[in-house]
Amino acid sequence: MSHLPLVLASDQGTWWPAFERALLLRDANTLWVVLGVLSLGLASGTVGAFLVLRRRALTSDAISHATLPGIAVAFMVMVAFGLAGKSLLGLLLGAYVAGLLAMVAIVLIQRTTRLKDDAAIGIVLSVFFGFGICLLSLVQQMPDGNAAGLERFIFGKAATMLPGDTRLIGFTSLGVILLVIVFFKELAVLCFDESWAAARGWPVLALDFLLTGLVALVTVLAIQSVGLVLAIALLIIPPSTALLWSHRLPVVVIASALIGGFSAWLGAMLSASVARMPTGPVIVLVCAALFFVSLFIGRRGVVPRWLSRRTLSRRVDRQHVLRACWECIETTGREEVAISDLHSMRSWTTGELATLVTRCVRRGSLVRVDSASLKLTEAGRERAHRVVRNHRLWEAYLIHHADIAPSHVDRDADAIEHVLDEDLIVQLEHLLGAAAGEVPSSPHALGGSGGAA
Amino acid sequence: MTWQIYDTWVVIVGALCAMACALPGAQLVLRRRSMMGDAISHAVLPGVAIAFLVTASSDPWVMIAGAVVIGILTTVLVDFVQRAGRTEVGASMGIVFTALFALGLVLIRLFADDVHIDPHVVIYGSIELSYLDQVDVFGWSIPRGAVVNGAALLINVILFLVFAKELKLTAFDESLAASMGFRPRLVQGVLMAMTAVTAVMAFETVGSILVVAMIVVPGASAWLMVDRYGPMLAWTMAFAVGAAVLGHLAALIVPGWFGFDGGMSTSGAMAVMSGVLFVAAWTLSPRHGLIARAWARRQLALRIAKEDILGLLYRFEEGTRQGDEPLSASDIREALSVSRSVAVGALRGVRGAGQVTVVSDRLQLTDDGRVAARALVRTHRLWERFLWERLGLRPDHLHGTADRLEHFTSPSMIEELAEHDEGEDPHGRPIPPAGE
Repeated sequence: MSHLPLVLASDQGTWWPAFERALLLRDANTLWVVLGVLSLGLASGTVGAFLVLRRRALTSDAISHATLPGIAVAFMVMVAFGLAGKSLLGLLLGAYVAGLLAMVAIVLIQRTTRLKDDAAIGIVLSVFFGFGICLLSLVQQMPDGNAAGLERFIFGKAATMLPGDTRLIGFTSLGVILLVIVFFKELAVLCFDESWAAARGWPVLALDFLLTGLVALVTVLAIQSVGLVLAIALLIIPPSTALLWSHRLPVVVIASALIGGFSAWLGAMLSASVARMPTGPVIVLVCAALFFVSLFIGRRGVVPRWLSRRTLSRRVDRQHVLRACWECIETTGREEVAISDLHSMRSWTTGELATLVTRCVRRGSLVRVDSASLKLTEAGRERAHRVVRNHRLWEAYLIHHADIAPSHVDRDADAIEHVLDEDLIVQLEHLLGAAAGEVPSSPHALGGSGGAA
Repeated sequence: MTWQIYDTWVVIVGALCAMACALPGAQLVLRRRSMMGDAISHAVLPGVAIAFLVTASSDPWVMIAGAVVIGILTTVLVDFVQRAGRTEVGASMGIVFTALFALGLVLIRLFADDVHIDPHVVIYGSIELSYLDQVDVFGWSIPRGAVVNGAALLINVILFLVFAKELKLTAFDESLAASMGFRPRLVQGVLMAMTAVTAVMAFETVGSILVVAMIVVPGASAWLMVDRYGPMLAWTMAFAVGAAVLGHLAALIVPGWFGFDGGMSTSGAMAVMSGVLFVAAWTLSPRHGLIARAWARRQLALRIAKEDILGLLYRFEEGTRQGDEPLSASDIREALSVSRSVAVGALRGVRGAGQVTVVSDRLQLTDDGRVAARALVRTHRLWERFLWERLGLRPDHLHGTADRLEHFTSPSMIEELAEHDEGEDPHGRPIPPAGE
């Protein structure tokens, strides 16, 4: 890889002044690079959102690899016609056509064979790329075919972006984003319900070509600044990150564009201020870091999901304790509940039960009478009343309306008692002719969750 | 260019590598995970770089170990991202391998003075140079590429033989395998590790593009040729070897056609040739090929059109069809609503079979034709009666359904339908008696 002209700070200890310099865009070169990758990030994020939602993330992989033969052919054709072989626009055009061809090939393979999308993508990707490699090895033998400039299409060289390149990228990105805004509704329908769209007479195939065309356009632009493999990252990672925060389409698209733009900006800044940091890979690493952080703390990420599951399971456990207390009181007729009696109501260990009881006491549902017995508080009585009523009504419903034997209903009711809302309970009371607000008697013997005495 | 011992070794190395990659690749194609090969092949770059930085040795075995660890880590990470983020499998692969590839590029750039890894070599490979790097094996001097890829192939073949039934069962029916006490996820893990090891061993000698192609393409081509697992693996091997041999030949010969005299990238040409073989399978496969399927569709269309012609003529003779002019060929074409070529073919067919004669452009059933036509009309009206009586379809809905079913009714089903034979169909037309 060639060396980076953008290394402003040779000594790594003094990176801050360089970062500041880059941040304030004092350097004209940095300005062009930052503007270029920023618009690229915005455009890829926008288009990528639809690509990922359409479950076609990896087609961008095939498209970007398939551009290589397009670039090589364009180069050969331009040289053959005596034009400057490295005209950026000409190369981009070649790449674009090849990308579209690859997409058509993928769709054809998928529709006319029994191979699925993964194989179709893999075949097109490797065969097109292999063809590109062959052509490149030929280009290198051409008399004036100094193919050095073509190399940047594989690894990308953002740092050598010229004002002309930036202008091309900027205007194209703007066009891409405008097209997405104009066709927002159409693309949304395409991603969420293709067959509905087709049934309503939407031109699904044309829309697919629009989306593919946009993807190919963004990929081609991204390739020459961040490189072939990393162009894929800009299309896939920002929308996947956005999807960890929201599932509302406009939010996802905007967030994805912003994440793409932000990563590109930050990556360019870092690479401009720290020595030996290649721009493209750094941008992708920033993107990936945002993704992995969101994977854990995003609204749909691992930690919030774990927390909400834990909250639910704790509530379920507390309600089990309260119902067990209520049923103890029913069977013994005494207001005080012995912990040893509770123990036999459910399959919990002594330790588990002790922890659960402590939590209920802390919540004000139970008070300790002495070390071996408990009493329901007023609030606890109310909570227990609600959950026992839910349980028994559901049992009665299963017995009378689903024809399930009384000995088999306890387990079902045990699971659903925690999530029945008041409306449904009132309906059940109506349906079963039970007295409003009362706890019906149990249809089976109490004690032990299997319904056994 | 003349063939030299050097060319023989290039083909041997290429074929060994192709077979080694294609074997686990065939499994990945069946499991719809074929892009895993692509993901692994990109992700090993940081593995190689880290292994180099940590051990400071360029021993190939250290590199392979580093890459294998990252290769397996890739599959684990893809799985994790897919589950934890509820991300689609394609997107999670894309995220993981691009991130790892970027990490690799940054590491190489950061420690460029210490690491002598050329990303170009990883992508293009240097199969052309494999002849130069020779090692001693039992006194023979053999290119290292042949030894490394041969070893990978041997390991894969042994694993495929040892875990034959596990691999076969879990590829086709994971839940059945799980219910029978096999462990599909473990098998898949082993398969991924195999892929990673094979890919890494092959990289250094032939480059990643050939590896990615050989993992996907031969297996996919084979799956278009046959339905059974064993023959599919055999076809996979054949396609792999074919791509290697044709690829090197193409690399030597094709550039000359366009006035180049230096040959071209052998790895690239092998990948392209695997694609050419795929296109061949796609079009020419006897069962799933485009041509075979188009032929079968046309045969079916012809058979249906021929039967419809007989039915039309029978109804005309019977007098239940409007119009008093005997039917001409163009009337038939109009009534059948099929393409011209099918109509012409069908007419030629029924005439050739002696079922229809043409007298001054008027079509007439022969005795043979009348027997066949009566059987068909009988089936049609039996169906109408059944659909009307048993399924309660409205009278104006009967004809279309019966018209389709009449072509696909077996004799035993006709017998069953005949239990409802009460002489007339729901429109009051006689149901012809069974053949005489």
